[in-house]
Amino acid sequence: MTEKNIPLWEVFIRSRTGLAHRHAGSVHAADAEMALQNARDVYTRRGEGLSIWVVPSHVITASDPADRDSLFEPTASKIYRHPSFYDVPEEVGHM
Amino acid sequence: MYTQALNVKDTALPAADPQREARFQARIDAEEKIEPNDWMPDGYRQTLVRQIAQHAHSEIVGMHPEGNWITRAPSLKRKVALLAKVQDEGGHGLYLYSAAETLGVSREELVEQLLDGRQKYSSIFNYPTMTWADVGVIGWLVDGAAIMNQIPLCRCSFGPYARAMIRICKEESFHQRQGYEIMVALCRDGTPAQKAMAQDALNRWWWPVLMMFGPSDQDSQHTDKSMRWKIKRFTNDELRRKFVDATVPQGRYLGLTFPDPDLKFDETTGHWAFGAIDWSEFRRVVSGDGPCNRQRLRQRKRAHERGAWVRAAVLAHAAKRRAREQAAAGVAAE
Ligand SMILES: [Fe+2]
Ligand SMILES: [Fe+2]
Repeated sequence: MTEKNIPLWEVFIRSRTGLAHRHAGSVHAADAEMALQNARDVYTRRGEGLSIWVVPSHVITASDPADRDSLFEPTASKIYRHPSFYDVPEEVGHM
Repeated sequence: MYTQALNVKDTALPAADPQREARFQARIDAEEKIEPNDWMPDGYRQTLVRQIAQHAHSEIVGMHPEGNWITRAPSLKRKVALLAKVQDEGGHGLYLYSAAETLGVSREELVEQLLDGRQKYSSIFNYPTMTWADVGVIGWLVDGAAIMNQIPLCRCSFGPYARAMIRICKEESFHQRQGYEIMVALCRDGTPAQKAMAQDALNRWWWPVLMMFGPSDQDSQHTDKSMRWKIKRFTNDELRRKFVDATVPQGRYLGLTFPDPDLKFDETTGHWAFGAIDWSEFRRVVSGDGPCNRQRLRQRKRAHERGAWVRAAVLAHAAKRRAREQAAAGVAAE
């Protein structure tokens, strides 16, 4: 008998430090409730998290690595988007 | 090591793409991480699937020798520690299966390949745990050797594997320390009989632990390519030597002797020199004829078969719930 595969979920965890949820890994589970339970057992055995999100892996749309240059390269030349591009007179002090 | 799979020959690979391969190698040389959707040579993918799968299987089968002692741990403190450690190993297996899955294989396929013998796990888990001292020696030496191997893997060129290793390494240190604490209790604070039990365990495990690092560099088929791809950062012999250097003083503190008459400190190199490893034993155990190979696989197969109804039930339950929700949504829309 060939068994049906159990769906894959991506796990995101908000750590204690109050930062945004961050990708931790993935788990297999038949439904969302079990995915949460499994994520808790697999990824938070030492108080790593205060909140967990689970998302079915197949619903994630990712950018294509081949488009990396066209997507991200244009920002490299826009140095005027950074504070260090602007001069503030020294007498004014820290700004 | 958990990655003894690196020492197996590749199957035939499709024609190479030299231009893309050169670009790929340049990224590796620049210490860029390779991510699952990036282009990679088939050999790189194949090597990683084999290595990560073997590593995952080793974590899973590795639960058996220690699991054998959970119900007989000598105190509640030792029992909760051992339970937590064995649970961690199960978790390590799962992190690693999910890293392997990013390369386009399913966990189901990998488990099937473990159960039908196409993929291996580390030779070390084919040795029996005869006494409580074996649990101490496993934590101290087997986890100690694993750490030696796993720390450089945190810098592996493949992102998901490196990230899984970082998580695993954070957890391993407790494993080694709890094992050494058991050894201290037996050897420094224990009765002569307890110390003799610890010595006996060290005598049985020492050589198999040295074999965990895999064949010596002259006989290892994959070292070159794995080093070039930055999957591996040190050779088997380098890691083995580091391990011996770190471990011998710890054993001496316990007042134990190592079962190797040639073990001595070499003033000129600054390293511990050790005797010849019996590679025929290693080959025998890897090819399926170690003391516990059959038992381990039988237990894995039985666990898998006995869990089949649970897997079927959770899928049926999820399907029923989905159908009910859809029906309710249909009624609401009318
Ligand atoms: Fe582990
Ligand atoms: Fe461990």
